[in-house]
Order: sequence, then structure tokens, then C-alpha cells
Amino acid sequence: MSAPTSERTRTSTTPDAHGFPTRRYDLVKELVIALAVMVVLAGGLAVAFSSPDERPISLRDWAVSAPADVVATATSELAGTSPSATYGPPYNADGGGQTLGPLPLQRWGGVRIPVDSARDLVITPLSRVTGDPALTAALDRWSAATPEQRSAWANAYAAALGGAPGGDPARVPASGDYGPVPALAESFLTLARTGGLESVLGSPSFFGTDTTKSLLLLSDGSYLEDQARARSLGGDQWGMMNETGNYPGQPWMWLYTFWYQVEPFASSENADALVWGLMMLLTLALVLVPVVPGLRSVPRWIPVHRLIWRQWYRDQASRR
Amino acid sequence: MTASTRPPVPPATPRPEPPSWTARLRDRIAHTVPPGQALPDRQPEYVASWVYVFGVATLAALAVVLVSGAALTVGGETWWHTSSPGRFVNSVHLWSVELFMAVMVIHLWGKFWMAAWRGGRTMTWVTGVLAFLGSIGTAFTGYLSQTNLDAQWISTQAKDGLNAVGIGAYVNVLDPGQMLLWHVVLLPLVLGVLVVVHVVLVRRHGVVPPIDVERPVR
Repeated sequence: MSAPTSERTRTSTTPDAHGFPTRRYDLVKELVIALAVMVVLAGGLAVAFSSPDERPISLRDWAVSAPADVVATATSELAGTSPSATYGPPYNADGGGQTLGPLPLQRWGGVRIPVDSARDLVITPLSRVTGDPALTAALDRWSAATPEQRSAWANAYAAALGGAPGGDPARVPASGDYGPVPALAESFLTLARTGGLESVLGSPSFFGTDTTKSLLLLSDGSYLEDQARARSLGGDQWGMMNETGNYPGQPWMWLYTFWYQVEPFASSENADALVWGLMMLLTLALVLVPVVPGLRSVPRWIPVHRLIWRQWYRDQASRR
Repeated sequence: MTASTRPPVPPATPRPEPPSWTARLRDRIAHTVPPGQALPDRQPEYVASWVYVFGVATLAALAVVLVSGAALTVGGETWWHTSSPGRFVNSVHLWSVELFMAVMVIHLWGKFWMAAWRGGRTMTWVTGVLAFLGSIGTAFTGYLSQTNLDAQWISTQAKDGLNAVGIGAYVNVLDPGQMLLWHVVLLPLVLGVLVVVHVVLVRRHGVVPPIDVERPVR
């Protein structure tokens, strides 16, 4: 083996692999054996452990299990204070969105999936209900009001719900000026309990497969997060790489998930943009390892290759 | 009047035809990999470590992923929730993905410590890393396509990351229809191309020699 030389010399003199003495190596046999091993392993693990499959939460489940949360969520949609109503792009322009340093990347993406939370998630679904004169009257009153009046009603009712024990609508003081909001929220809960809310929130197409609005509504409430946190899926519980039950999930996302657990990301309002920016930088570094001075020399500094090629190095030493 | 006779015109030297696109492509394919190296039955002496197994193991696991995934598509998007055979196929798909990612990560680390980009193998490394990233994206869309509680939660969380950098305006993780098509068609196609290019580059350049060897030792 030659004496160490400069990195440039080493790089330029890496010899042609085809010039070395060879030994018998059956690639096809290796592939067939590897394939057999993988089939046996995957099949065996499937038989032994099956796969996670916890039923999705329906909007009916939500209404039955957490009616107060449904009413509070509907009220926040009407007040324009829910997470989706204040989200910003791509759903609306009501929030600036996150920034990566001076770059407003979220805003640059544009409002390409427009969602008006009060109209699309509450009023429109309720307007599909027929045969309910009280609801029709409440919807008419809502439609006739100014945006300021609607906001005042909804915010007053949201505050009253917040002060009621358990957020129970039945225990909200009746003296407040809530306008039609209690009637709308109650009808919304009734619609959700019937199981009809999903169909009116879904894509207008007969063949609709888009659940954007249903998922935005569900995640505006606290029930989904409560269920997720109970299964260790919360953002501060390494949730993006976890899976329901005792399944391995996506452990290859450990580094992405890791940043959300530490400062300054954990408490930053721009955590998602910052983590994405950092991961893009690290990813670029990984792609460009061969041309980044220093980084490309790490394998020389930490000689794990001596272990990998120990047989060959030993043979060469004995031949000298 | 006598007919005048002109000296015979010498035949024009035929100009060589420019190679056709077909011929150029054929030559390109023929010379991409040195003769006998597409599927060699011999390897350099230094190819003697268990680390080398993980490259082939990655391809083998990918084959199981693709076959089990194709089997899942037969019954549609949600059949495996209510069918025992479907649940088994889904389980095989899940565990083959776990195995695939595990052996690929070992393969990647092995190649890092071997500095396997040396000797003109930069693009071999780059295509390998891109295939790794493509695999993460493909697996992620698979998790979004489970149509269960986990998919609900992951999608509502993932949207924040994608939206924060403007990608969510085009890649809507709350739309299972879009995610399923990305998972079963678009991303596997991209991944497949990357894997093929990566393997061809490996065969073109051969297995990287040990570090600090400057010429073949005979």
C-alpha cells in the first residue's frame, strides 16, 4: 500500500476497478438468496405482527364522543378564530404564514386550495339541511348580518362556551347576545351526529376523493389531537415517526422529527419552515458529499474502511 | 456533324452517412457498461465483505415492496381493512418497506465509509442518495394512504411542514386521492428510474477500490 498523499492526488489516482485481480462472485445467486430471505422475513413478520389499522375517526364519532368540542369548533369557525380560518396560504389570506428568515415561502405558494372556514365548513353544510324552519331562520339571520355583527355574535358565544363548565352549551348563560350562533352550532352538532356531515363537506364531484375540508375541520377541534396524543403521536412525542400501537412507524424520519423536540425549533412560530430549511440544507450536504472539502475526507479520518476491507488489507500486507 | 465526346465524369466519392439517431443510441447503450460487466461472474478481489450484501438486499427488498404493493392495488384503496388476505398483503407490504429502508440505510452508510464516490463515481453516489430520498417520499405517501387514524393524524400534521415552505399549495397531503396516485404511480416511477440509473452506474464504473490504493495490485 502506498504512503498517504494529498487528497487531490488520491482522488485523481483512484485506480480502475476493472484492472484488479478478480475472484468468482455469483451476483444472480446472491440476488436470489437475498430475495428469498426478504420474502421469508417480510412474510414471517406479517404473520407474527400483522400491521396497524386503527379505524379513522368519523365526524359522527367526534360528535358522539366530544359534542362540546364540535360546538366549540363550529363556533370558532363562525368567529374566524379557528386554526384553519387564521391559517393563511394555501387555504386563505387571513394569516401571513411562516417565513424562513426573510423568505415568506408560505405566502409565495399562494392560496391554491381556497377554504373559507365559516362558509365552507359550517354554513354551506348547514344550508343543505331541509325541513328545519328554525335552522333556516338562523341561516337567514346570519346571512343578513354584517361581518362585524357575525364576528361579535360568534366571539361572544365562544367566550361564553369557554366559561361554561366543560364547555357544555346547555350551561352557557342565556343572557348573552349570541344572535343565531347557538342555533347554528346546535344544528351543526345534530348534522354531525347523523353522519351526514362528511358527505356535504366532501368534494362536490360524485367521484370525490378529496377530504381536505373534513380533515381541516377535524383538526380545528381538539378531539383528534387528544386521540393522537393518547397514542404517542403528538408533535412533541416524536409523532411524525411513530405509528399507532407498538409498530415501528417511520424511523428513517428520526432526524426530521428530532428538530421539533429541541430549541429553538420547539417553541418557534416558524418551526416548520425552519426545520424544513435545515433539513433541505442537510440533504443538500448529503447529496454533495463527494465535492464538499472536508466532508468527503471523513471516511479517511475515521477509518471504518479498514474494517470493511480488512481481509484485503491483510492480504496485501502479507504479500509485501 | 460529328458528335463531340465529353470526358467521362468520375464517380463521386460517396460521402459517409452521418450516424442515425438509432445507431447513436445503440452505440451509447453498448458502451455504457464495459463488455462483460453488465452481469459479471467475477469481482475484484477486494469485494469480500458482508457490507456488499446490503446493496443486493436493498434491491431484493424493493422487489418485495413492489410486488406486495401491486397486490394491494388489486382490491382498491380500502379493501384490506375488511379482508383477511388483504390485511396480510398490507402487512407484508409494511414489513417489506421497513426491511427495505433498514438495509438501504446500512448500504448507504457502508458506501459513505468506503468513500464510494471516488474514481469518477460522484453520480453513482448522487443517484443513490436521491433514491434514498425518493424512497422516504414514497413511503410517506404510503402512510398517508392508509385510510386509518394514523393517516388522518399524519396528514393534518404534515400539511404544516409542506405549507410552511410553499409546497403544500401543490402537494395537498389532505387529499388522499392525490397522495394515493403519487404513492402508486408517480413516485415509484421516479424511484424506479433512479434505481436503474444507479445500478447501471455501479456496473459502468465497477466496485470502488479500497481507500489509499493508487493502482491495481497484482
